[in-house]
Amino acid sequence: MQGLDDLYREVILDHYRTPYGAEPIDRPAVKVEGFNPLCGDELVLEMSVDDDGRIAALHIEPSGCSISVASASMLVQQLSGKTLQEAIAIKDTFKAVMRGGDWPEGQDFGDLEALEGVKNFPVRIKCALLAWMTLEQALAQYDPELADQVEADDDIEVKTH
Amino acid sequence: MTLDTETSTRVVELDVAKVRQDFPILQREVHGKPLVYLDNSATTQLPNSVIDAMADFYRTSNANVHRGVHLLSEEATDAYEGARSKVAAFLNADSTQSIIFTRNTTESINLVAHAWARRHMRQGDEILLTVMEHHSNLVPWQLLAQERGCKLRFLDIDESGHLQLDRLDEVLNKHTRLVALTHVSNTLGTVNAIPTIACAARSVGAKVLVDGAQGVPHGPVDVQALDCDFYAYSPHKALGPFGIGVLWGRRDVLEEMDPFLGGGEMIRDVTLERSTWASVPHKFEAGTPSIADAVGLAASIDYLEGLGTAVIRQHEVKISEYLLGRLRELPWLTVYGPLDPHDRCSLVSFNDNQIHAHDLGTILDQHGIAIRAGHHCAKPLMRRLGVVATARASFYVYNDLDEVDLLIDALFEARKVFGLVT
Repeated sequence: MQGLDDLYREVILDHYRTPYGAEPIDRPAVKVEGFNPLCGDELVLEMSVDDDGRIAALHIEPSGCSISVASASMLVQQLSGKTLQEAIAIKDTFKAVMRGGDWPEGQDFGDLEALEGVKNFPVRIKCALLAWMTLEQALAQYDPELADQVEADDDIEVKTH
Repeated sequence: MTLDTETSTRVVELDVAKVRQDFPILQREVHGKPLVYLDNSATTQLPNSVIDAMADFYRTSNANVHRGVHLLSEEATDAYEGARSKVAAFLNADSTQSIIFTRNTTESINLVAHAWARRHMRQGDEILLTVMEHHSNLVPWQLLAQERGCKLRFLDIDESGHLQLDRLDEVLNKHTRLVALTHVSNTLGTVNAIPTIACAARSVGAKVLVDGAQGVPHGPVDVQALDCDFYAYSPHKALGPFGIGVLWGRRDVLEEMDPFLGGGEMIRDVTLERSTWASVPHKFEAGTPSIADAVGLAASIDYLEGLGTAVIRQHEVKISEYLLGRLRELPWLTVYGPLDPHDRCSLVSFNDNQIHAHDLGTILDQHGIAIRAGHHCAKPLMRRLGVVATARASFYVYNDLDEVDLLIDALFEARKVFGLVT
């Protein structure tokens, strides 16, 4: 089962079992709910930003398959402490890779690179993208000037609080 | 199919190996493995006889129905109306004219919501539904209730996945105008006691609509014995083609209904200002119907009757019994719905306590096994069960016990993929 081993890499299963971002955060700047009506996957994402414009903390409450939970966990792992612009760059790269692109040379995307195998399972790509589309809404809610980051998607709904 | 009569007599067993030869798609491979098709509650596969009947229609008799005076149109009309007669006999309808062709079960239910309920329901009237309804038998009534100021009530299920019939009195009252419920739950597999519920509905003067999408495929259906007023089903879930649906309505009820869609075929006379309607059932069939699909539907009924609907029912009980037994061997699974195979159809929902249904679906697919994973268009039931999704394996006439074993083996393999067993 080559394809399955490639999809369900150990690092993905580790994130699924014990996701990052489980700890609640004090007074989040934004709280956003992502939802995939096709499969029922849900995700609550909270974010706080420090005075320097860096992501101070992320909290997620994922409810979904291993791919959507692992992807959300990796989002927390990769973006905590990053500036909003750095976060946007990682998000855009990840989305491009999921849609068939390659990882940029010479950059390390850590555990996220393990999600590469999802590309071979087209119906599961939405699972991997849910957290990142939810993040876009969180960014826009935090800073209206980032509203252009929000990509409309027929399959993923995002609610703000 | 009713709970009281099913499998009371022993009938011949289905020769599954022989049945399989009639279904060309079962020859194909999926990810290098033989296809094990266990998504029959979503749609069933077509036997050669159905595919050929539709192809032959297009090759030899293709024409529009009803208006033509030429031979091909006459043949097409005979085929289309012949299909109607065949469905009427198959469901033991009170008359051929009480069979209406639609696009699918959803459209059949919406037809009743528009043409019957809009005319007969007023503010304060109530509709009784159940918590196990498919969205197609829920959303049309929500829309109607909003428009008319009606109230929706719901019959709940018990822990075994049966409707709480002992609470019918609490949810039925003199305001209830309609009881709309599924014959068989597409998620729990529960076969509902329609005659009992219909009897209670009649006692308060309510009409009864049955969503038969999962009823017709799984055993004999006699709409008069069920004692309902409307019965809807989708032939594509019973070896027939996509694109055609069936609505049976009691003739006297249909006669009192408004039209559904307006257009050609459904009129008696048209002036620039107004129109009069064709008689039932054509009054409800505006526009060119799905003629070849009706031909395929007729062939699917021939095939089902060739197998014998009671034989199909017995096969499903046999599959359910074995499947439930084998699923119980896996202690990490939660299985939903009745445990008694006589109370259910051979569609079973379950969850692994560590692996999400979508992951199961992907892993099983790699083994050539097609199941469904998700909310099964029954989100209120998912909430009632306290889950967001389930995996569902649904078996049909061409599935045998060894495919149950393949499913169980693959569920073990999924545990290995997730490092939960060695």
